Amino acid sequence: MEKSAGSVGKVVVDNISKSYDVGRLKEPVLDRCCLTLPAGQLTVLIGPSGCGKSTLINILAGYEKPDSGSITIDGAPVGGPSSDRLVVFQETALFPWMTTFENIVYGPTVQRERLRDEIEKDAAGLLETVGLREFRNKYPSQLSGGMQRRAELARAMINQPRLMLLDEPFRGLDAMTRELMQEYFLRLYEDKGQTSLFVTSEIDEAIFLADTLLLMSARPGRVIKSMPITLPRPRVPSMLTSTEYLRYKEEALDILHEEALKAFEGGSQAAADFVEAYEERETVG
Amino acid sequence: MNLIKLRKAIFSKSVLRGFISVGGLIAFWELGRRLQLPGLAVVPAPSEVFAALSDIVAKPEFWDHWYASFTRVLGGFIAAQLIGIPLGLMMAMNRYFHAFTFPLLEIMRPIPPLAWVPAAIIFWPTTELSIGFVIFLGAFFTVVVNVIGSARNIDVRYLRAAQSLGSRPIDIFKRIILPAVLPGIFIGMAVGMGITWEVVVAAEMIAGKSGLGYLTWSSYVGGNYPQIIIGMISIGIAGYISSSLIRLFGRFVTPWQSTQ
Repeated sequence: MEKSAGSVGKVVVDNISKSYDVGRLKEPVLDRCCLTLPAGQLTVLIGPSGCGKSTLINILAGYEKPDSGSITIDGAPVGGPSSDRLVVFQETALFPWMTTFENIVYGPTVQRERLRDEIEKDAAGLLETVGLREFRNKYPSQLSGGMQRRAELARAMINQPRLMLLDEPFRGLDAMTRELMQEYFLRLYEDKGQTSLFVTSEIDEAIFLADTLLLMSARPGRVIKSMPITLPRPRVPSMLTSTEYLRYKEEALDILHEEALKAFEGGSQAAADFVEAYEERETVG
Repeated sequence: MNLIKLRKAIFSKSVLRGFISVGGLIAFWELGRRLQLPGLAVVPAPSEVFAALSDIVAKPEFWDHWYASFTRVLGGFIAAQLIGIPLGLMMAMNRYFHAFTFPLLEIMRPIPPLAWVPAAIIFWPTTELSIGFVIFLGAFFTVVVNVIGSARNIDVRYLRAAQSLGSRPIDIFKRIILPAVLPGIFIGMAVGMGITWEVVVAAEMIAGKSGLGYLTWSSYVGGNYPQIIIGMISIGIAGYISSSLIRLFGRFVTPWQSTQ
């Protein structure tokens, strides 16, 4: 894991648009979306459900192609799926027929570039870091939700990707587990410094993790605001009550609320989702 | 410790209930025959069947019938797997191949295997081969349909993850698609095995000179009624042994399934 941290993985997304066919109509999902992920930084993207976050992730991962616009990573255009851009999914995508250990070594095994001993040593280290040493020979169905996400983080990290894409990876976990997962994730991130894009709809999670917070509009999605978060690292949970933190939160919520009202007047389903998501956020915060 | 577990498993309430129901049936049947209850009066009583059983198990011909049916089932069943699994995988993975073969499959599939018996006898040079062919058909369609179904239902997340992690096409096939369809293959096998026994018995009754189906039918023709019951129970036990073996094999090959 000695890849020089902070030097690779600069991503520039320039004016990408994407729409899906809905019957005879075209439903735009992303509209001239621009964003930059600075190398070695943790960027968090927040937006209402249905705003195109997952589509953006799929495009960055290479599973889907944008209708227009370009994406480069370290200056080179991105193509299809590759192990230098790895996704941790919303729901677990661990292979159910492999043990935790087999899942983690899967990437380097099929890439056939590194020695077996080296791979296994790496995997053992990662298992330790994510607290799954005793579960290496268990199948995913024998792990709890939180353990599955941790195994998935490890499965991605072992490939030393230039870009980590995390699509609401902690959604559906209970609050306690979620907090723990955020700390595990930060430990890994602060250790390796891999360029990361973390998508979430939880404002607290977003600010707690982010170097930069990107706010996304309702569908068709585009980035409407980029907020640098200058809380010091390593982040600790007590920062969640600092005045600086509360100021960030207020600012972000104001913008999101304004966007919600704007979208609500449009009367779309996405807008309704947005308002709902916003209200949820208020009660959480 | 294990002995205690074993004793608990053997003397558990559910085993007891099983014995009560089977024992109850046997007692009712015996009583029905003795009391000349309508319907049961003409059926040989369990005591008569047991008496006949002790004679018949001593005869090697009885076991030859078992052997004949088992080899037929095994032959037809294995052939169905060997041809059906690759065919199903190919149909699931190649659109063009699917377009060519699927209509054919769907026309052939509703034809009951037994309807093939006359054509099979005409077509194949020996009776043994015709019976084997009909058994093969019994398992074949179930296998193909199950393989196609499970291969098409592979979660796209697994394929995407595998792609992202740097898999070559051969890795995706060997490490993702094959294990993902294995549980479906075993469901197909279990169902197919059931059909296979139905088919072998019927085929032996129609065209056989040996086997448990032939034994049952010839006992009827020869008027040996207790032996009919022995034939029937033998078929039941043989089917049960076959599907247990498949379940065991399946559990061994897909260990992740039994952990859920």
